[in-house]
Amino acid sequence: MDTTLNQSNRTTSVASSERNRWAMIRGHKFRRNLVWLLMSLPALLWILVFKYLTLFGAWIAFTDFKVRRGVFGSDFVGLDNFRFLFATDTAVRATINTIALNLLFISGGVIASMLIAWLLYEIYTSRLTKFYQTMLLLPRFISWVVVGYFVYALLATDNGLINMLLRNFGLEPVSWYNTPQAWPLILLLTSLWSGMGIGSLIYLSGMLAIDTQLFEAARIDGANKWQQFIYITFPIIMPLLVINLLLSLAFILNADFGLFFQVTRNQPLLYSTTDVLDTYIYRSLIVTQNVSMAAAAQFYQSIVGFVLVIFFNWIVRRIERADEPLALF
Amino acid sequence: MTYSQRLRAQKRLDTDSLMNWLARFSVHIVLILLSLGCLLPLVLIISASFTDEIALTRFGYNLIPAQFSTTAYELIFRNPTVILRAYAVTVFTTIFGTISALALMAPLAYALSRPDFILRKPLSLFVFFTMLFSGGIVPYYILMTQYLRVQNTLFALILPYLVVVYYVLILRTYFAALPAELIDAARVDGAGEFRIFISIALPLAKPALATIALLTALNYWNDWTTALYFIRDSQLYPLQYMLYIIQSNAQAMQLQASVGNISVGEIPTQTARMAMAVLATGPAALMFLIFQRYLVRGVTLGAFK
Repeated sequence: MDTTLNQSNRTTSVASSERNRWAMIRGHKFRRNLVWLLMSLPALLWILVFKYLTLFGAWIAFTDFKVRRGVFGSDFVGLDNFRFLFATDTAVRATINTIALNLLFISGGVIASMLIAWLLYEIYTSRLTKFYQTMLLLPRFISWVVVGYFVYALLATDNGLINMLLRNFGLEPVSWYNTPQAWPLILLLTSLWSGMGIGSLIYLSGMLAIDTQLFEAARIDGANKWQQFIYITFPIIMPLLVINLLLSLAFILNADFGLFFQVTRNQPLLYSTTDVLDTYIYRSLIVTQNVSMAAAAQFYQSIVGFVLVIFFNWIVRRIERADEPLALF
Repeated sequence: MTYSQRLRAQKRLDTDSLMNWLARFSVHIVLILLSLGCLLPLVLIISASFTDEIALTRFGYNLIPAQFSTTAYELIFRNPTVILRAYAVTVFTTIFGTISALALMAPLAYALSRPDFILRKPLSLFVFFTMLFSGGIVPYYILMTQYLRVQNTLFALILPYLVVVYYVLILRTYFAALPAELIDAARVDGAGEFRIFISIALPLAKPALATIALLTALNYWNDWTTALYFIRDSQLYPLQYMLYIIQSNAQAMQLQASVGNISVGEIPTQTARMAMAVLATGPAALMFLIFQRYLVRGVTLGAFK
């Protein structure tokens, strides 16, 4: 009897210490999770306010917005804003410009960055590679205001570098800021200048992952560099290229505001080829202060953008390899 | 192999290596030209800032000053209040903004990288889902001006870049790849979660943090759109916006002058404007050159996807 009591006593004490340990661990677990939650809170709050609360602002597109009456106090007008918006040629023109110019930038950008990546790959062991990369990346970190300054130094009518050269060759100088048809090209070059370095790095990292034995074998079979590029490099980085293209297409309605606002110096004479949705929205919001109209254009840009992102992301998910997830989500 | 065959093979090898050398040489030439192409626009501005004003008007913009002069800089430094003020605003927002941004993003990224964080899945969805949509500038403008009422304050300049969801994603990936044993060991030694984050995770993630810090700092330094929307008080103009303002003022003056009713007051000359651009870009370019290895690393982290 004595021994059994003793035994039962011991088991309960073991069980209670076990329970204590579990409680302690659970307590730790709870505390850990609490700490993590507290660590996340400030940034989560920022995201809640700036990313989620702003979505309610979409309501403005359906109201006759008056500052004094606020977002939800203004009169509901249904689709009137959109009717006005698409009745103006400006919004339609801005949409067409945005899409056309983005297509131009995307195709030009892909070709240029891939070629540069290829060039860098061919001499990758060289000590100069680092230098080239630095130089090619630099433009991306120059503010658009300063880019606007040097484009002006190139294109100024009276004393710009290009017109000076034209004069030296006995040609008529061109009043660039008054020649809308030249601007798709000017903007393309500026956008390439700014983005091709960074664009090329993605393809370069793709190329560096290729097994060099493939090239070795091709060389022995007598393939030259160009053939090696066409038959080995290109097919291998093709998925990367396609996915990049698709993701850029998803954002085709979003123009780079800095490029279109600063580089063109917001010159109204050029609007016919350079006015895009983002500059149109800026003018409606700040210059003409027609908030409802700006909101309508914004809503239309955001909604179409969202649908495109979902759609293209869905395609990317279908073609990406399982070991190399590339889709946005 | 007969002698003539061997000779032929040798010859082919020679031409091969010559061709190879030529190919590499021409690749270098193309890359050098491209690098110069990236640099020349900046040289153009620097050269213009050191050109005599009259010479600039007569001989135009050039890569080498037609007539060297430092008048533009002397002019700026004789009355430096405007540019110093803008500098102060930009330096403050860049430093304070970058520190705050890291203080917000790193803890969130760390928490989301913990596999045993119960809320990891829902919170990740909450955070990263925002990469797919954007309310755009209009609701944001209304939020900032009507509800937060931060227009014409330094807050307006700092708030926009505090959290960049994409950077959080990069940091999270980096934190997730840190060796779990180290963190477990610290836990066994009785370190609290916050302590582990501060004294183990952060030091280990230094390379990723440096990349994000640099990108954020450049975001703040080069920002002019925020001021375009929210700053009307000229005392609070950041550098890049001040550059934009003097440029557009000069443009307006030119327009008036061409119409005829000229009333040119205090507008900086062309060379002075270029000198301002040089002074505003200098620190950012320097920051870029000194820390560019972090940027190249940023590429491997996927910072420019």
